[in-house]
Amino acid sequence: MATDKKLFSGFSRREVLKSLAGIPILGTVWAAGLNTVNQAQLEKQYLLEKLNIKASPPPASGPMSGQPLRVGLIGFGIRGEQLMRALGFATPEWLEEMAKASEKDPNDTRLDDFQAQENLNVKLTAICDIFDIRAEKAVEAFNRNGNSCKRYKTHLDLINSGEVDAIIIATPDHWHAPMSISAIEAGVHAYVEKPMTHSIAETYALRDAVQRNPNSVFAVGHQHRQTLSFLTAQDAIAKNTLGHVSLVVTNTNRNDDNGAWQYPIHPDASPETIDWNAFLGNAPVVDFNQEHFFRWRKWWAYGSGLSGDLLTHDYDRINCVLNMGIPKYVTASGGVYTHRDGRNVPDVMQVNMDFPDFSTGSSQENGKEKGMSLVYSATLGNQFDRGTVLMGHDASMELGNVLTIHADPRSSQYKEMIAEGKIDPVVPIYQYDPSADGVDAVTSATAKYFANKGLLWTYRDGKRVDSTFLHLREWLSCIRNGGTPSCGIVEGFEEAITAHMAGLSYKIGRKIEWDPSTEQIIALPGEDLDAILLDNSVVV
Amino acid sequence: MSPSNPLSTTQTVALVFLRLFVGWHFLYEGVIKFHSPSWTAKGYLLSATYLESFFAWLASESMISMVDTLNITALLLVGIALILGFKTRLASIVGIGLLLLYYLAHPPFPGYPQGITEGSYWIINKNLIEAAALLVIFLFPTSKIFGLERLFVKSTVPTQTL
Repeated sequence: MATDKKLFSGFSRREVLKSLAGIPILGTVWAAGLNTVNQAQLEKQYLLEKLNIKASPPPASGPMSGQPLRVGLIGFGIRGEQLMRALGFATPEWLEEMAKASEKDPNDTRLDDFQAQENLNVKLTAICDIFDIRAEKAVEAFNRNGNSCKRYKTHLDLINSGEVDAIIIATPDHWHAPMSISAIEAGVHAYVEKPMTHSIAETYALRDAVQRNPNSVFAVGHQHRQTLSFLTAQDAIAKNTLGHVSLVVTNTNRNDDNGAWQYPIHPDASPETIDWNAFLGNAPVVDFNQEHFFRWRKWWAYGSGLSGDLLTHDYDRINCVLNMGIPKYVTASGGVYTHRDGRNVPDVMQVNMDFPDFSTGSSQENGKEKGMSLVYSATLGNQFDRGTVLMGHDASMELGNVLTIHADPRSSQYKEMIAEGKIDPVVPIYQYDPSADGVDAVTSATAKYFANKGLLWTYRDGKRVDSTFLHLREWLSCIRNGGTPSCGIVEGFEEAITAHMAGLSYKIGRKIEWDPSTEQIIALPGEDLDAILLDNSVVV
Repeated sequence: MSPSNPLSTTQTVALVFLRLFVGWHFLYEGVIKFHSPSWTAKGYLLSATYLESFFAWLASESMISMVDTLNITALLLVGIALILGFKTRLASIVGIGLLLLYYLAHPPFPGYPQGITEGSYWIINKNLIEAAALLVIFLFPTSKIFGLERLFVKSTVPTQTL
């Protein structure tokens, strides 16, 4: 203190002011900054408490302990390989490719993610692919590291081999139901890719088979049901955050060959290496055709185009959030407008699904609001990202891996808060980004399309997890520990019927109606709906 | 003008204001970030359009928390030093360093993506101008005239009119 006094002794007030005037400026700026931050946090806190949306992960599926489950795979194509990785089995070629990719781009963590993936305690004991090259590749890749994998010539040989407890089906659509039914009837658990079925009749047959055999666990591969943001969306709907949702729009925009199902044709494909009759199955008999084999999605005989391949994802995403079930009416239109290469499934398609009796809730007088349309709009000739939006009277929700909610300027529920300035309609009232702590490397345009729909991965505790892995894990847990898969026969039935209604409406050009009391798609007298749906004539 | 200060009073006042303004800006940025626990420079660094691998390294898992802490600390210290008038020459150098890093991550070079800016820039932007302002502050120190450093030089520097 003595020094201080001495220090200041020769100073006039003016001198002291010139020396110390910075201090109050410092204090003022600091206080202003602190106040700004606090104010913003208070407002955020207030809104979050008001909305009370819980961003909680679903309960983790049960333990993977006990005897290893013996799994067989039918169809080792593009999706088959992905499913095997989710199960913990990667080919050496893929591992090598990923090692190179991560060397080139340190943000590419696909190899690390795969290696960090939990062991699901399964043996891949059986493989069936009717293209020798792929079958041999799988046998070569998976007969190592203590795993013994045998090739079966037909799917029935595989199912009845006694070597499998469960099978995964990743074949063309027209084989989904026949293989699922064979497995379920044989007491083998089944996981089938979407769409669940290829025809209307199969949809009922498969449901009957699953209901008759409750000990076989059946799941449909809509892996986005594991996505964290969708569960958060469910909670937002349950809290009536959006009010009455009158319109939901979902889209597919892709603009590359892979996205338009122009998959590569293997140079070694021939009638000698492919069991052509096995491929055809219940499809109309035609001569061996490489394009049909590798690009089967382009024909109604084997695939179901946009309605089966991609509308199903979007429909199930929304059904998972809203649980609105099968639409009462479906109208569809479109055509082959971007890839006139002999395909007969449309590559531009708009589908309106109407649910006149469904409501997500209301914030207005009783009875004023009821009914909802779900619009699916798709083109394979442009990749502008339009997003998925649920439009309510009180708010709009954009649904992807990131979930964003904006209040509607004319909302009843938020009217006062908007008037008081507590809600600005152009600023989100809620945003949930599970990846906020990480930035992901996504490689191709199609991968980006899928990632944003929550179809590639989701997040648990801020860490990126393959949603297919979680979905398979859930199925395996139901087999081991009991329980019902989140996308089982009930959800699969709704998905398949909706897709078939869309396909029918596109083909007939008429509004297709569902009768919920008889659980039938209404046909005109003498009309064979399945024959129309599967008709494979090429429209030029 | 006096022998020890070749500048006119008005010129000195202008320099003091420049110092205070830049300090104010640094301090406020630092305070906002300091009090926002979820703030991180990761996005800014990862979206760098120049010297990408260097900025990606700064944003890497092992570096980012240290980078964030250093950035906030530097912003606060430069702001405090410039406002109080203490070690302003050192603060100017540190401030120029920070600003050049910000500048180089997203430089307004012709042909480079500009992202979202509130104005139009070609080669020169506000980061660079603020760095130039700090160079002036470095070359024309005023903290012995208006600032804490005045306390220590009182006996050697004759009182000036300000």
